Amino acid sequence: MADKIWFLIPELILLAGVVVVSVLGLSPRKMLRDCLPAVTIAFLLIACVVTPFLYDSDHVSRFHSVMPMLGKYVNMMVCIVGILLALTSAGLIDRRQEASVQSGRAVFDALRANRGEYYAFFLLSLIGVMLCAHANDLIWLFLALELTSLPTYVMVAMSRPSRLAQEAAVKYFFLGAMASAMFLYGFALLYGSTGTIVLTEMQAVFTQQADSEAGINTLGIVGMLLALLGIFYKIAAAPMHFYAADVYEGAAAPVTAFLAFVPKTAGMLAIIMLLSTMGWFSPSGNLPQPILTMLWMVAVLTMTLGNIGALLQRSVKRMLAYSSIAHSGYMLIGIIAGPAAGGTGIDGLGAVLFYLLAYGIMNTAAFSVLAGLERNGQEIESLEELAGMRMRHGLMAAVIAISAGSLLGFPPLLGFVGKLYLFIAGVNAGQIALVVIAGLNSAISAWYYLSIVRQSIMAQPGPQSEVVVRGEAIWPRCAAFLAALAVIIVPIFSWGLMKAADRVTNSPDQLDLLSETQAYQAVKTDSRNP
Amino acid sequence: MLAALLIILPLLGGLLVLIAPPQRAKHVTLAVSSVVFVYSVVLAFIFGPHWGTDEFALTGAVTWLDGIGITISLGADSVSLLLVLLTTLLMPLCIWGSFTAITDRLREYYGWMMLLQAAMTGVFLARDLIFFYICFEFTLVPMYFLIALYGGSNRARACVKFFIYTFTGSMITLAGLLYIAWRYAEIAGFWSFDIAQLTSFAVDGLNNYPGLSQYEQAWILLALMAGFAVKVPLFPLHTWLPLAHTEAPTAGSVILAAVLLKLGTYGLYRFVLPMVPLAVVEYAPLIAVIAIIGVLYAALICWVQRDVKKLIAYSSVSHLGFCVLGLFALNPLGVQGSVMYMLNHGLSTGALFFLVGMIYERYHTRDMTQMSGLARRMPVWAFFMVFFVLSSVGLPGLNGFISEFLCLIGAFTASGDAGAYPGVLGPWYAAIAALGMVVAAMYLLIMVGKVVFGPLKEPAVHHSTGEQSHLPADLTLREIGVLVPLAVLCVYIGFQPRTFTGAMEGSIEGVLAEYPATVRQQQILQQADLPHFDNAGLVLTMPESTDIGEVNHDG
Repeated sequence: MADKIWFLIPELILLAGVVVVSVLGLSPRKMLRDCLPAVTIAFLLIACVVTPFLYDSDHVSRFHSVMPMLGKYVNMMVCIVGILLALTSAGLIDRRQEASVQSGRAVFDALRANRGEYYAFFLLSLIGVMLCAHANDLIWLFLALELTSLPTYVMVAMSRPSRLAQEAAVKYFFLGAMASAMFLYGFALLYGSTGTIVLTEMQAVFTQQADSEAGINTLGIVGMLLALLGIFYKIAAAPMHFYAADVYEGAAAPVTAFLAFVPKTAGMLAIIMLLSTMGWFSPSGNLPQPILTMLWMVAVLTMTLGNIGALLQRSVKRMLAYSSIAHSGYMLIGIIAGPAAGGTGIDGLGAVLFYLLAYGIMNTAAFSVLAGLERNGQEIESLEELAGMRMRHGLMAAVIAISAGSLLGFPPLLGFVGKLYLFIAGVNAGQIALVVIAGLNSAISAWYYLSIVRQSIMAQPGPQSEVVVRGEAIWPRCAAFLAALAVIIVPIFSWGLMKAADRVTNSPDQLDLLSETQAYQAVKTDSRNP
Repeated sequence: MLAALLIILPLLGGLLVLIAPPQRAKHVTLAVSSVVFVYSVVLAFIFGPHWGTDEFALTGAVTWLDGIGITISLGADSVSLLLVLLTTLLMPLCIWGSFTAITDRLREYYGWMMLLQAAMTGVFLARDLIFFYICFEFTLVPMYFLIALYGGSNRARACVKFFIYTFTGSMITLAGLLYIAWRYAEIAGFWSFDIAQLTSFAVDGLNNYPGLSQYEQAWILLALMAGFAVKVPLFPLHTWLPLAHTEAPTAGSVILAAVLLKLGTYGLYRFVLPMVPLAVVEYAPLIAVIAIIGVLYAALICWVQRDVKKLIAYSSVSHLGFCVLGLFALNPLGVQGSVMYMLNHGLSTGALFFLVGMIYERYHTRDMTQMSGLARRMPVWAFFMVFFVLSSVGLPGLNGFISEFLCLIGAFTASGDAGAYPGVLGPWYAAIAALGMVVAAMYLLIMVGKVVFGPLKEPAVHHSTGEQSHLPADLTLREIGVLVPLAVLCVYIGFQPRTFTGAMEGSIEGVLAEYPATVRQQQILQQADLPHFDNAGLVLTMPESTDIGEVNHDG
């Protein structure tokens, strides 16, 4: 137990952060309220810095999990993207109220203040993602997924004072509840077929079943399919993707960026955890055929529907919502490839984890541009409002063009490196057709990503974009700039990150072998450069 | 790491432009690109002993994505070095040529030019598939912005079409390249994107495993052609080109015609020919037919063009058809002609685009019906126009003749019974393609007749804008300075083609090494297949022969 607590230290740090920000948010002193984003970022930084030390200890060997090291990468990724997201939402919540307090038209009313709660929910949701990576039983996994999602429902509702946001929140909540019911039902069936809720034990049972003549029993397969279907809601994969456009459009841009990254990461982790009980680490190393088939179809449907949906949009936020769907489809390639596919040292799960980080960064860059500029006090969202941005807000135009290029997967930006790794993992597992479909999908996506570039760089300012001005807070634009910089610079060092992402997906057995593997790889590298 | 400087210097130049004052941007880039040109000439001397061989020199590598075998590795053989020299020569000329044409957003313009140069050089120097792909793709970005920001009235459509066509094609090419690398990884146990290793694996196999089968090679050929044929461009994927050319600024058109199109033919030369010989032998006639259709079709379109720039753009499509025909002749003459075509087309078509740009800067029109007899107004311009048109139609004594003649004679002699290098084309291919030369002479000379000679007719000049008051009627010294180096090279190549054909011989023989055997093998297979029905009786005798085999075995 103590070992488990040991790995929860980052989460506990963030929990302390939750308490601090929710109290600070009620303070009548404006200065204290204004430093909420800074406090949030500080806690995220501490959690990020602490993480690697925790995993260097020998507690790892006593930590029962299907992938003991997974938390190391996930914690740091979540914290880093979380910092960017916190910057993006600085100055967003309670803007109207703060403005009237400042101008003396109203007195500060702690009952109506939401800012502290917003950051508290923000951190809670991130804690949920981190907990997903540590899950070793179904209950824990379920609770972690819910902890990720529940705060986001509230965040959508409080993100801006408009009916759209509230409608989006209600829609998101009800459909989310349905999805939760679905994967809970799946979990129940999984329990029924294995008699255990502990993932490592489930893995043993399924491996045993796979070796027997009857194979994995149908109840288990159905349970897994149902569970996956429910989780597809979190990653916005077809056929559970339909809510995405409306919800993303309704929420304010920083929250949309949050929705595109955080639940998606949690969902991907849950999928990885669940599937690793069934096949990947067994002697055959393959998923059961029905599950592989479903994943394949879902991947193809998701990227195609996402990209075609995005072609039809005029609102940049809806467009990016559909693009977020398409990116889930790309990531499923890595899941289908699985870990150590083909025995050439390429890890599909590592590719997924790397792509999640890449996607988090480039997506945040795009959304923080939308959050950093405003028209009549509203954030910008239509393509027309982007027109002529180059002449009025040159840096932001460059940022949104770079992030669009990276989302498209254009070399040599971060998105390209991520996508290349996914494609290589897919080809490595023999999924040539899937990779070709993904490539053609990228080509389709060029059309709408280019329309963002064309509007912001080439078009003359129109009547709608003349009145676009910089937002009050500088922080969203800082986040945009930092993220765009990362999109350009990280590719140079991405091998280190890929290796990190690769290593954390090892099962406990593989971790024991790791030292030998490293020796083997060293030999291999020598033979490659004679 | 000598070659790396060719890429790094323009990148640094691009950064320098961003911090330079806008009015100095052109001087900074001209200086940087001239330095790069001088440096590339120095490299050509350092390359010295390797000219004429198929060795790669000036190599160097930095690991990048180590675990998936991706390195940034550079190197040049004689063909790629020649194309690098073409690039580095044209770049300062393009920048010098844009001094008066570009009047606003100067820093961006010259910054994109520098990036474009870095990317193009990278394509020719890459020895790693992924690095090649990155540079190949990245050339799109600067070109997209050059057209998008500085192009003509229809530029929005032009640049999107250009981008989408090329991007779609190269995604499929990437899939094909990944497939080769995957097959290599399956056998070798690790991933590598080293071009030399993958090429030798694709043909000869590895560790006693055979190379790629004919079936696999056919699919890879299709995938690779998807990207390269768009770039060349081959009929019917050429429709982006006239649009992009017409809308691009002058220097953009020059670069597009002179270098960017060569990325496609260079891709064919570097990847398609050496990597998938079995499929090439099978499909070369088909590709040659497509190339010939392109030659004739584009030539006929040229005939009815009124827009001079569009005419030259379509003539590029027509000319590159010859270039592809030469490549798929699969004999040294044809491939030499093809590589010479890459250089010559760069020189003469590049110059023609310059000349059209000079007219456009003065009269703001390119409509042939609005102008005639310009020789009276601009004799120097008229001289260069006639000169480069003659070079383009292949007048003996000038460069165009050499390459066109070699391509055609290559295709002509590429019949199955030719001596050392049997091919799969033949006299008919050459004869029909030669019609394209005739039509080319017609449309280009008709254009010259209309625009340069005849009674003087000047388009209505927009005096109100006063834009061209700073340009004299005839060419300035700067403009002459841009054209003279190109003209000198045209004459030199016309009289001394051996300097170049000799230099590329070794590399070409290396690329063609597999072909004589492959073609003969294919012929034997075909002959064995042909008498299907006549030999029906043989089937009955088959058991006998197996009996004999068994007896022999026992014995």
